[in-house]
Amino acid sequence: MPKSGSTPKITRRTTLAGLSASAALPAMPRLGRAADETIRIGFPTPLTGPFAAEARDQVKCAELAVKLVNDKGGVAGRKVELLVRDDKLNAGEAATRTLELIEKDKVHAVVGALSSAVQLAVNEVTRARGVIYVSISQSDTINEAKDFSKYTFHEALNPHMTTAAVARQTLKKGMKVAHLVADYAYGHEMLRGFKRAQTVIGADSVGEILHPFGAADYSTFMPRLMSMRPDVLCISNFGRDQANAIKQAVDFGVKQQMKIVVPVILHNQRLAVGPDVFEGVVGGANYYWGLETQSKSAAAFNAAFKAANGGAIPTDYGAYGYSGVGSLLAAMQAAGGTETDKVVDALEKLQYDLTKGPQHYRKCDHQSVQSVLVLESKKKSAMVNENDLFAILANDAGTDDMLRSCSELGHAT
Amino acid sequence: MDLSLIIMQLLSGIALGAVLVITALGLTIVFGMLGVVNFAHGALFMIGAYAGLYLASLTGSFWWGLLLAPILIGAFGMLIEFVLIRRLYGRSIDDPLLLTFGLSYILVEGVRIVFGSDGIPFPTPPQLIGVLDLGIGFFPRYRLFVIVLVAVVLLALWLTLEKTRVGLIVRAGARDPTIMQVLGVDIGRVWLAIFGLGVGLAALGGVLAGPMRSVNPEMGSLVLAEAFVVTVIGGLGSIVGAVVAGLMVGVSISMVALFAPEMATIVMFALMAVVLLIRPQGLFGVRGRTA
Repeated sequence: MPKSGSTPKITRRTTLAGLSASAALPAMPRLGRAADETIRIGFPTPLTGPFAAEARDQVKCAELAVKLVNDKGGVAGRKVELLVRDDKLNAGEAATRTLELIEKDKVHAVVGALSSAVQLAVNEVTRARGVIYVSISQSDTINEAKDFSKYTFHEALNPHMTTAAVARQTLKKGMKVAHLVADYAYGHEMLRGFKRAQTVIGADSVGEILHPFGAADYSTFMPRLMSMRPDVLCISNFGRDQANAIKQAVDFGVKQQMKIVVPVILHNQRLAVGPDVFEGVVGGANYYWGLETQSKSAAAFNAAFKAANGGAIPTDYGAYGYSGVGSLLAAMQAAGGTETDKVVDALEKLQYDLTKGPQHYRKCDHQSVQSVLVLESKKKSAMVNENDLFAILANDAGTDDMLRSCSELGHAT
Repeated sequence: MDLSLIIMQLLSGIALGAVLVITALGLTIVFGMLGVVNFAHGALFMIGAYAGLYLASLTGSFWWGLLLAPILIGAFGMLIEFVLIRRLYGRSIDDPLLLTFGLSYILVEGVRIVFGSDGIPFPTPPQLIGVLDLGIGFFPRYRLFVIVLVAVVLLALWLTLEKTRVGLIVRAGARDPTIMQVLGVDIGRVWLAIFGLGVGLAALGGVLAGPMRSVNPEMGSLVLAEAFVVTVIGGLGSIVGAVVAGLMVGVSISMVALFAPEMATIVMFALMAVVLLIRPQGLFGVRGRTA
């Protein structure tokens, strides 16, 4: 301790303190010019794990959305930067990464997540800190009043929309329906959606089997499913579970007896097991590149993606990355900056058309009202080229009555 | 619930068990004779599936893939033994465990780099596509083939171990390596062969599983867990144990799937817990074995 009056000694500690203070100096004036600051968007997604293929497509498309905006001079004159983080498909990891993005990287908003549990974890963090979060996970529990906040937006389709559209195309009055369902939130939500649609149409359930999440073998469920003698088998699971379940159902000759229907037919899983296995399987989708013959937005999105990715085509989950980030940036543009309340307001008023036609966020729960595609997997001989995977059976335009009502979700109306 | 459904369910349980038996067998042989807990077993199962797929597309025939992949990956296993595992004999059991654990990460990541992290289709051989009418129901031809092939492999393995001179040396080497060396047997070569056999069996399991599920870099992790459960139930190091436990687990999963499908995965762990409580050394294990 230097006594008063003694000459101040230069210790290591004071040197370090001095150095760090002077290092901070050039950064100071920036605070005064916050308007010129780069806009930072956090993007947590499961780059490792079983959904890695879908996650990578999300990142590519999110980067594309950012690039297109920057090429046009950015948002309100400010450049946009995307900060991608690997959430490892783990809720804890996602919460940590999101917190880091907010506290350390000072992001202005968060977009991303793929799985329902991870999305809830991200939402917990963003909600508590008043940061805008645009979810692109195909589960909509965060729209229900108990998890909702005014900062929470849901760009992806939800189970209710997809199952209703798929059921309309595949079920008829008096048909018998069996269900094979993954035993976790996603599967339960899809099952609930299908059963609701069945009631409307007048089709009967003849049985439902819940399978453990991430099972590799489905053969043990097949004899019983076949003994139920349904007309339609609905398989409600995600990722590799979908590929394995359909493949093994086909091995058991299920397709000779009944039609296979899925709530969401996945581009990458169809690639993973080949055309013969998926032939004739019907499922919902948010996007398919073949929409370009019907939609100018799809053609423009495909062209931009091809130019940026060496001629590759964008996938279903990729499109979510694009529209999730794209709609947020459009709202920031309208709000003239990143001020959270103004951007929330702009998102609620936003009418956007980025990949497939007009979309908007419903006011009460911030669910994106959008079109739902119903696709049928083509047989090998009908494919014009290797990207020609699906035929579009229906393209239902988005309307508010596709969604569960605001009051059903617990929102004040 | 009629009888034909229960018989069909039993059959799918046996087909499921057959793949479990083949993979658990490789694990238990290597542990029983070398004292090595091979944590890379699942990764080698996955490598086997990729090798089978690659060789099948190269030669245009599934059968070449089925024949060559286990031999090739078995030889790769020998390389692993010769270069890495050999140095750790005589040390604590944790050392080879950690080594193979690390190795499994390298193998999975390597496959991701070469083949990508997306799943790849593994077509069923054309001769075995479709179902066979058993009178009481339809069953996939391919799964029946798997049951038969596994039975043949088990028979061949049993004959080799019990009825040939090589088998005699292997069995003796597992019991007392020092005496074997005194008798002039190069025990190092025996261990090399055993490790190669274990890895070859893992690869065979991978090729057989390929047409039943999609092939992807993570397919081995679940298999490793299942193989360990089967090995523990059967008794570490016991070949008969692996066969009995594999079939038992397959049939249990299948029967539980009939009555309480959401419990299908848990049942094998429940079975393991019960066996460990009643017979800690496993059904056919030797008490107090430390290898």
